Amino acid sequence: MAEKDLSADVALAVRKWQKKRGALIMVLHEIQGRLGYVPREIALELSKQMNVPLARIYEVLTFYNFFELEPPAKYVISGCMGTACYLKGTPQIMQEFSRLLGIEVGQTTPDGRFSLTTVRCVGCCGQAPVVLINGEVHSKVSPQDVPHLLAQCKD
Amino acid sequence: MARTTSKTVRAKLNGIEVVVPEGTTILEAAEKVHLKIPTLCKHPDLPPTAACGICIVRVKGTNQMPRACCTPLEEGMEIQTHDPEIVEIRRKVLELILSKHPNECLTCGRNGTCELQSLASDFGIRQQSLPSIVPDLPKDESTRTIVLEPRKCIACGRCLTVCQELQNVWALSFLERGIDTRMAPAGDILLADSPCISCGQCSAHCPTGAIFEYDETEKAWELLRDPDLHCVVQIAPAVRVAIGEAFGYPPGTNLTGKLYAALRYMGFDTVFDTNFGADVTIMEEGTEFVKRFQDNQGELPLITSCCPAWVDFMEKYHSDMIEHFSSTKSPHEIVGVLTKTYYCDRKGLDPSKVRVVSIMPCTAKKYEIQRSDDMFASGYQDVDLSLTTRELARMIKQAGIDFASLPEGECDPMLGLYTGAGTIFGTSGGVLEAAIRTAHKLLTGEEFDSLEFQPARGLEGVKEGRLTILGREVRVAVAHGMGHVEDVLDRVRAAKENGDEPAYHMIEVMACPGGCIGGGGQPYGITDALRLQRAKGLYTDDREREFRRSHENPYVQGLYSTFLGKPLSEKAHRLLHNSYKPKPTYRR
Ligand code: SF4
Ligand code: SF4
Ligand code: SF4
Ligand code: FES
Repeated sequence: MAEKDLSADVALAVRKWQKKRGALIMVLHEIQGRLGYVPREIALELSKQMNVPLARIYEVLTFYNFFELEPPAKYVISGCMGTACYLKGTPQIMQEFSRLLGIEVGQTTPDGRFSLTTVRCVGCCGQAPVVLINGEVHSKVSPQDVPHLLAQCKD
Repeated sequence: MARTTSKTVRAKLNGIEVVVPEGTTILEAAEKVHLKIPTLCKHPDLPPTAACGICIVRVKGTNQMPRACCTPLEEGMEIQTHDPEIVEIRRKVLELILSKHPNECLTCGRNGTCELQSLASDFGIRQQSLPSIVPDLPKDESTRTIVLEPRKCIACGRCLTVCQELQNVWALSFLERGIDTRMAPAGDILLADSPCISCGQCSAHCPTGAIFEYDETEKAWELLRDPDLHCVVQIAPAVRVAIGEAFGYPPGTNLTGKLYAALRYMGFDTVFDTNFGADVTIMEEGTEFVKRFQDNQGELPLITSCCPAWVDFMEKYHSDMIEHFSSTKSPHEIVGVLTKTYYCDRKGLDPSKVRVVSIMPCTAKKYEIQRSDDMFASGYQDVDLSLTTRELARMIKQAGIDFASLPEGECDPMLGLYTGAGTIFGTSGGVLEAAIRTAHKLLTGEEFDSLEFQPARGLEGVKEGRLTILGREVRVAVAHGMGHVEDVLDRVRAAKENGDEPAYHMIEVMACPGGCIGGGGQPYGITDALRLQRAKGLYTDDREREFRRSHENPYVQGLYSTFLGKPLSEKAHRLLHNSYKPKPTYRR
């Protein structure tokens, strides 16, 4: 969905879903799926094309955790908050990430490179505590490993 | 809520038998038998949001505890509205809300008028029993008309319903959900970047201090304290019949004389009346109408433009209507510009040393005074400061004036003496009615005998009427509350597209339901009953005036004969008219 033909792309998604129930949500899903977030310009364009107030679109976007309003960071770091990982120290690990990156969980660094999130149990409790970086599992992590993990996220 | 059903239900509330139309809620039924169920999120103007839960009642013989505000009474129901357990649950609900609410009553603008505060008082809350978790959300003062303080929001949903449904503006919404739910401008931007039209209806309906007028009372005191300045004040029509509510008078009491006196007491050097400006507006707008109607110069219908929130709405959402808009300025702008030209000239005052403060029922007027270069037609800012009725009430109290015992005062007639036509500007339909009184004279040379034009009166969202002038049918419409304007405009557009006769010849639009008497800056507690009482106050004022038609105002006649020439003269155009331009709905 390139910026230049934004309205055409939105129009396409709108046409595909408009006759169906819950069209707004489906269109937003499609945009989220393709871009990894729903940019403000697209929400505005959608508001025009579907004749839905922007206020309503943002009600939907912020109601469901699924939707992102900011572009995804290059490296998404997710600490597992399953019981085993939690007890074995995910909070301390996340604190160390926070300290080194200068952001809280749920935020993205201003340069758009890192974001910190948490996930529910990823099902590798034997490896606890577990951290995911762009989906890749790192097991038995300790706070001391954090600088090393960050160093691996090059460019 | 009006329902059309002939069926009734019979039920009991605390053992008292009631018979009510089917569909009546438990809350409405309780009111009929003088039982007061506490409410917080429910507002009489709005459909229930059922957000707070404080209105729960018990259905006897069941374990149901429905919310009275949104549950219809059913045949044979036996309702208990109060018992120790119900009161305890309500108290818990209240304590939960309070745990999320900052404990800042002493420094809050709603201290004394807050509905949450008064419930806490009624329930005898004496301590904060739950840990306090007040969200850390910033204040938004970007519009300089309406202040949002989401920390104080209790998520009742009234403002959203007002802004989305009543006003169809969609500037406000809830974001996120559950305990994180917060009120915010559409898409989490500053209110100034949103489609907000500054009508202030959200602030008039919010139960707490979360939405508030931008307070400029301190600025007014500064002007009044400055010995080098000549301070001029003017009061809008709707202010005089509402301000009394802040001093214990019944709604609708006309306090014009006391207001004049109080304003002088506060230190204003000259006291004018916006009603005079309304008379001038009618001279100009009436003449515009005649030109379009008789001489085919310009589009019909002519649409009124004295409500700045409506102008803003039109520029953002309906800019195809610009050519239909009357170019005449609103009454307080007219008094402003005439003060700094005509009045200064006659009194030998230096306009750079004169400040004009307008007291308005309105938050949008705060925006209007700088809305375009046209608002500086005198060479200075024509109106320097615009305060709401609520702000003036506070200032009167701060000044230590015993309003009740204050003898009546007089205004300065030069831009102050007004007719009945000027005073009814404050209520929906009044501008149209005033315009008819003068346009009739301009078109036929004869007075509009009946004076009163009933189809324009009342609280119906869209009012339509017809009259005959010079054998031609004149179709008029009145809409108030932005949610009602769409239908009327669609009819105008359809007629245009089909090449038909214009759907109407003149349309009056006011952003606030009921017009300015129900304005966003008026004393709290608005209901339809209150709107009718305030309107009645103005209609009574109209009937009691010596002159009831704008063109009969001797000071208006003097203004034209000695200064402006005639309506729509070159000078009148330069000073009293303005233009419009399309605006983006979202500034981001
Ligand atoms: S002032 Fe009017 S338009 Fe603006 S947010 Fe409030 S209700 Fe909506
Ligand atoms: S801002 Fe006021 S009216 Fe709006 S939801 Fe919050 S408490 Fe209710
Ligand atoms: S109707 Fe009156 S009070 Fe309401 S926004 Fe318009 S001018 Fe202001
Ligand atoms: S008043 Fe009924 S739920 Fe709030």
